[in-house]
Amino acid sequence: MKNRRQFLKVAGLSTLGLAGGLALPGMARAAGLKDSYRSGQEALKGGHWGMVIDTRAFDSPEKFEAVISACHKYHNVPAINSKREVKWIWKDGYHQTFTDQKDNYPAKDVLERKYLMLCNHCVNPACVRVCPTQATFRRSDGIVVMDYHRCIGCRFCMAACPYGARSFNFEDPRNFLEDRELNVSFPTRMRGVVEKCTFCSELLAVGKAPLCVEASEGAIVFGDLDDPASDVRKVLAENFTIRRKPTLGTEPSVYYII
Amino acid sequence: MLEKVLKGRPSFYIWLAVLGAIITLGSLVYLYQVFVGLRITDLSRDVSWGFYIAQFTYMVGVAASAVMLVLPAYFHHYTKFKKMIILGEFLAIGACVVCMLFIFVDLGQPQRVLNVILHPTPNSVMFWDMVVLSGYLCLNLLIGWVTLEAERHQVEPPKWIKTFIYISVFWAFSIHTVTAFLYAGIPGRHYWLTAVMAARFLASAFCSGPALLLLLVFVVRRVTGFDPGRDAIRTLTKIIAYAMGINIFLFCLELFTAFYSQIPGHMHPLTALFSGHDGHALWINGWMWTAAVLAILSFLLMAFPGTRDNESLLPYTLGILVIATWIDKSLGMLWAGFTPNTFETMTPYAPSIAEILIGLGVYGVGALIVSVLWKIALDVKREAGTFSKPA
Repeated sequence: MKNRRQFLKVAGLSTLGLAGGLALPGMARAAGLKDSYRSGQEALKGGHWGMVIDTRAFDSPEKFEAVISACHKYHNVPAINSKREVKWIWKDGYHQTFTDQKDNYPAKDVLERKYLMLCNHCVNPACVRVCPTQATFRRSDGIVVMDYHRCIGCRFCMAACPYGARSFNFEDPRNFLEDRELNVSFPTRMRGVVEKCTFCSELLAVGKAPLCVEASEGAIVFGDLDDPASDVRKVLAENFTIRRKPTLGTEPSVYYII
Repeated sequence: MLEKVLKGRPSFYIWLAVLGAIITLGSLVYLYQVFVGLRITDLSRDVSWGFYIAQFTYMVGVAASAVMLVLPAYFHHYTKFKKMIILGEFLAIGACVVCMLFIFVDLGQPQRVLNVILHPTPNSVMFWDMVVLSGYLCLNLLIGWVTLEAERHQVEPPKWIKTFIYISVFWAFSIHTVTAFLYAGIPGRHYWLTAVMAARFLASAFCSGPALLLLLVFVVRRVTGFDPGRDAIRTLTKIIAYAMGINIFLFCLELFTAFYSQIPGHMHPLTALFSGHDGHALWINGWMWTAAVLAILSFLLMAFPGTRDNESLLPYTLGILVIATWIDKSLGMLWAGFTPNTFETMTPYAPSIAEILIGLGVYGVGALIVSVLWKIALDVKREAGTFSKPA
């Protein structure tokens, strides 16, 4: 009896010691790392990233295609041709994009034009407010991003987003990437998580502009809305612009020149 | 008291076996969903919640409805309910589990569900819903078990349990209010963005929950001879009648605001629910009209004493009430929130066979829990002599 008790004591203490021994250095390392994450020298920094889309310049399907495929190829967005599609940036008609504009007689070219849609990176994002795990959050530079590893796939954010900017992986997206050249510098996703546009935060971190901006040949202007001298603020000062569903108070960071 | 489950008639075990088979079938389909993803549902990018979340919403109401017995009994000393209270509490336990399971089967990454606790997020209503639902489950387990144990020993329940009973009354209101807040606080979903949502949910819960309870009690009365007492049935039916009246009234308030203001966003979901889209009838239209007719019919049948106190008619009245509220608050509520979608267009949705089978499995689990708990409660009552005729 005594022997067994002694054995248990020793075994218990050893396990505890072993576990502590393994965990402590790791914890110390993690504590040390906390302040060691810094953005790189070349990273673009902004107080509130925003975008202006000159919809007049998007006058052919090719121009849309260039922008959309640049984004979707780089981010390994699967092409699923069903109502369960995944899309980060896409195009649709005037009334579908600007649902508040109930005009009966819109100008012919305005009505015939297509419009780009993407995540609005709202100042007051409903998706962030409702997420039960903080898997989606707003960074200090205004970009709303996702942690694909924390998302539980409850899709509350999809119900909350008034812009339909979010897609859910109803099945393994990798099934749709098999016959395609993968971009290994950006992660693919797994089934059961929500995803959306990142404003190319991963490219801003290495000093590059978002892919849609690059591919648009000047039709999309990107910059820091907090900086009055920025390109984006200059374009806003010179043009009449509108935002999608402004009355909801979400404060989109994507502006449209009509 | 668990040993009561081991002694029963063969028919009881056949019933449990049937439930077991339904649960097994549902589990197998769920397993398939775990492996291939939610593509086996009819959900989509634009209609991202459906049958599962609809059932969750409805069953939160059933869980909350136990309070319609507890409140009169403990706040107004209406002792005639005391015989039935335990059944209401045990039904609430089954309903709570069903709610949690419906949330669980809806998740894309169910193995990460504990992230809700690991990363608690007070600004998310989903987080609070988890808190209030699990709290309500624990309260009912505690209260149900302690009071039944006391009944078994034929003594008064300990005084301290009363504190928990009072808490449970307020807690019941909270679970359904928080569930309504899941919907009522998000911008851009016109049908959900209404301040009366929580009130409507409560009214609907307080008629449909007790109606379901009474229906189950009638089944039990036929099978076992348990008699809840005529006065208790009549009082509860009156409560159901009032709650249904308020429920219909609140729905009419929605109609007024939408159609008198003529604001398209308010009108669209309602017209889509009842008359379709762009001149095309939708599958849900028939269901919604059925719900409307049955709701009014059940209310009229309960509004007048002649039909309300007619015990052979009552099960049918309660049955159509449950169907009406179920259509309105589960699928109708969810469907209309996503129709029209955020682009003011329409994406069709109808629950898939897989969704329905998984849903049946979840309901099977609830039925199994309620069957076992009610068996225990009724056997205890039989031994304590509080079974057949009211004291």
